[in-house]
Amino acid sequence: MEGLKVDIRQRLGGFSLEVAFEAAPTGVTALFGPSGAGKSAVLAAIAGASAPDSGRIRLGELVLFDSATGVNLPAERRGAGWVFQDARLFPHLTVDANLRYGQKRAKGRPEVASFDEVVEVLGIGHLLPRRPIALSGGEKQRVAMGRALLSQPRLLLMDEPLSALDAGRKAEILPFLDRLKSTFPLPILYVSHSLTEVTRLADRLVVMEQGRVLAEGPLSEMLVRGDLKSLAGRPDAAAALDTRVASHDPERGLSRLTVGGIELLTPIVAQAVGAPARVLVMARDVLIAADRPGRISARNVLPAQIEKLAHRQDGTVLVTLTLGAGVSLLSAITEDASHALGLTPGAQVWAVVKSVAVEGIGASGLRTLDD
Amino acid sequence: MNFTPEELAAIRVSLVVAGRAVAVALPLAVAVAWVLARGRFIGKTLLDALVHVPLVLPPVVVGYLLLLVFGVMGPVGGPLLRLFDWRLVFTSGGASLAAGVMAFPLMVRAVRLSLEAIDPGLETAARSLGAGPVDRFFSISLPLAAPGVLAAAVVGFAACLGEFGAIITFAANVPGETQTLPLAIYSAIQSPGGEATAARLAAVSLVIALAALIAAEVLSRRARRWIGR
Repeated sequence: MEGLKVDIRQRLGGFSLEVAFEAAPTGVTALFGPSGAGKSAVLAAIAGASAPDSGRIRLGELVLFDSATGVNLPAERRGAGWVFQDARLFPHLTVDANLRYGQKRAKGRPEVASFDEVVEVLGIGHLLPRRPIALSGGEKQRVAMGRALLSQPRLLLMDEPLSALDAGRKAEILPFLDRLKSTFPLPILYVSHSLTEVTRLADRLVVMEQGRVLAEGPLSEMLVRGDLKSLAGRPDAAAALDTRVASHDPERGLSRLTVGGIELLTPIVAQAVGAPARVLVMARDVLIAADRPGRISARNVLPAQIEKLAHRQDGTVLVTLTLGAGVSLLSAITEDASHALGLTPGAQVWAVVKSVAVEGIGASGLRTLDD
Repeated sequence: MNFTPEELAAIRVSLVVAGRAVAVALPLAVAVAWVLARGRFIGKTLLDALVHVPLVLPPVVVGYLLLLVFGVMGPVGGPLLRLFDWRLVFTSGGASLAAGVMAFPLMVRAVRLSLEAIDPGLETAARSLGAGPVDRFFSISLPLAAPGVLAAAVVGFAACLGEFGAIITFAANVPGETQTLPLAIYSAIQSPGGEATAARLAAVSLVIALAALIAAEVLSRRARRWIGR
């Protein structure tokens, strides 16, 4: 099956939406951008709650909307599971009946999620007889996700599902989202303005601003582009690396991770040897050395090539460093340091990263960025 | 209390006339309330005004208009009589029609308020889960509006019990057929020595009204718990 293809134009009051992007058939594609960028409007158009003025929306072979041929599939027949900011559970139904509401109306779509599996993955078995009023915010949101999944959707739309929750509740739900993503084989479109959520969950990033798509691509590539203000302009700009755990060395208190032939040492991560582990390396935690440093406490000293220098508004320079095929890091340095080292694109340097600055995300705790 | 057969007939007629009026008017009121609460169409304001007309017109005028339309020579009453041998004027059914028309705006308002209080987001959610318009109405909107529908039934029933002008104009004051409690009380007061009857029937009116209110309160509390509010 192919993924989702969106190419639409829509006027909403004084706001104009003009977006084109694709989402992969599986995995999480994040629509990322500040509030008011039009992310939720895009979801509404895909779900069929509003009709664009022109353009088309396709999900694999299925045309959901096409202004040229006059196709506008009613929302109830699109099979778009929609998870809202506010859970929108039906107050007169028990959790069990809420979950089964969409399941009963799935109209012969292939099963992507069984009742027992959803209840298991989301950990909501003990809530089944309750009414929504008796649930916490986090529990409500888990039930809402289960309800959407059980409608056997063709894709899952998640509209800032964590934004109404406090930090503690967010941390409580993120592991469920990890499991949901790796268990159920369907495209997930995840709207968020939170870099924490996006770096943790997304495989693909669509960066939006003021009703336009600025860039789209794999998360790791988007993060190190250096020219996207909503990512590179942040004081907590970071690179994400999808590594594998090569070994644990409990005596030295280190784990060895590999990515694209590069080796990184980190404090022990929770994942098993051979398992994938996504790590975040903040730009402010990466030093650049012109010559190979001698004795130094940082455990990661890696040969790198300067790919790009981006001057930021706060007077610092964001340097994109290529370590190997498809492996890049960011380093934030001062203008002065950049001059002193004579940094230019193509120059060979050494990237110095303290191992404690390499943070595993996913299985081990929550990396909170300055959202 | 010992009721005379005439007094018992008035009580029975009242309950039958009001009960039948509410039974017929309530589904209609729900439908109209739904259209007014959710619909967007030309003529909505006109429909809204038409529904509310009985509230602002003198009841006698409403009864008179019903005579014009539903009388044996009227545009609706004529065909009804010819095709179905169904006469409304001066019958118990006509009394229900008159009472129902008068109570209709109150019932629509009660239902409409509760429909408008439902978060439209719930319907969007139901829609994304595969529910079509009719399905959404019966699975989401109607259950959530249940307290309002219940209130409409009670308010409507009370209004029908109290209706005087429209009934006496359209259906006349026929004992055992169209003579409801207010009409019977009025007749008793008019006739010499009817004070005892008037007092007894007034007491019955009070008891029925109180019973309806208490039943409504209990039911609506239960309905609210049922819909998880």
